[in-house]
Amino acid sequence: MTNHLGQDVLVVGASAAGLSTAEALRRGGHRGRLTLIDAELHPPYDRPPLSKQFLSGAWNDARIALRPPEALSELDADFVLGERATHLDVAQRRVKTNTGRVVSADSVVIATGVRPRRLAGQEAFTGAHVLRSVDDARRLRAGLRPGRRLVVVGNGVLGSEVAATARGLGLSVSLVGSAEQPMGGQLGDLGASELAAVHRAAGVNLVGGHHVRSLIGESGRGGRVTGVVLDSGEVLPADEVIVAIGSEPATDWLIGSGLELDDGVLCDSRCRAADGVWAVGDVARWEHLGLGGTIRLENRTNATEQAIAVARDVLGDGEPYLPVPFFWTDQYGVKIQMYGAIPPGARTEVVDGDPADGRFVALAHDDDRLVGVLGWGIPKQTRVRRQELAEQMAASVPALR
Amino acid sequence: MKITLDQDKCVASGQCVTAADSVFDQRDEDGIAVLLDAEPSPEREAEVRQAAAVCPVLAIRIQS
Repeated sequence: MTNHLGQDVLVVGASAAGLSTAEALRRGGHRGRLTLIDAELHPPYDRPPLSKQFLSGAWNDARIALRPPEALSELDADFVLGERATHLDVAQRRVKTNTGRVVSADSVVIATGVRPRRLAGQEAFTGAHVLRSVDDARRLRAGLRPGRRLVVVGNGVLGSEVAATARGLGLSVSLVGSAEQPMGGQLGDLGASELAAVHRAAGVNLVGGHHVRSLIGESGRGGRVTGVVLDSGEVLPADEVIVAIGSEPATDWLIGSGLELDDGVLCDSRCRAADGVWAVGDVARWEHLGLGGTIRLENRTNATEQAIAVARDVLGDGEPYLPVPFFWTDQYGVKIQMYGAIPPGARTEVVDGDPADGRFVALAHDDDRLVGVLGWGIPKQTRVRRQELAEQMAASVPALR
Repeated sequence: MKITLDQDKCVASGQCVTAADSVFDQRDEDGIAVLLDAEPSPEREAEVRQAAAVCPVLAIRIQS
């Protein structure tokens, strides 16, 4: 263990997953050199509020910091901020950055997250946003003035959250996306129709079941966006547009490294991508032994839990990482929580509360197998139901029984 | 070991209860975390530290 505790560790990415890995290493007794590299200049901050409390202006910069400055100094780590990793030598465990800096370590943890997908040609327009970083959030916030028309392209989690926040700020909002109802891909029919109802009641114009063909705007580079063209040919006029059509793992810097890249950095059940190289958080696709296959999770609680698992393995005390997938979203004051997932065609059944009262838990079964727990405004009861899912998942891992 | 919990930060994910259900619970009405035991016995330390670590908003502080 001495060797493990004294080794040099390099973490590429200093957001929730990277920072949590560093902290878990120190908690585990690691006292070797610890370096974190991140392309952003800002000290680590939390992302879930960027589409909610930070976007609405209710929370300031200090409130979204992941740690107070003194906690970061206590970590006794070297933070290299504002530098982008550009190359990884897997055999030497050596990373180069865009400034030419070279950092070598005994263990490398990849935590570079994801970057937002954009519509073709979107960058030519002013007022056409994406939302991933705090700088993105600031730019979008500056455009969210009462009475303006916002078109949200993409009706998944992020798009639905931004629509709710913008409506709260008094904008006229259209929510466009390929799912028939907002978050239809995540919540199943029952949850998505409930969510559609609250968006509609709040006055959001729901345009489900449509793709966006293009953006239109003033001519010339940097011209203002003026509208969104749907696949039907219909044009939705807009003063601001936010494109929330999903993300891609930030793995371009790893092309040619020898690591296997397949919608994320491909890892084994302990999140190892190669000897001495791990991946954690949104960027990691690992073999989840309880679900039988590889998965990649883009959510906040996974960033922290996976970081703890990876840090243990780096320190020589790891085991397969088997979380119950979980995410939450807050829209119009309703807390929606999901354990597991609701695949298309799953059967859902309300087991606690009543949708008519705005509080319920529903279980989703796929071929009689429990696959998801959906909670609507009823967090405690939802968590209690999580246990059934956890037990079933554990039972399907023969090696661990 | 002394624990403090910032309920204003809590987002009701219930992660702390899953990690240490003898120390944390959630309010029935809104799921906000509550402390059942602000000074748990030393044998609870590992699970309490896990609870603090998995809290997505770092609402749990431990003073030893």
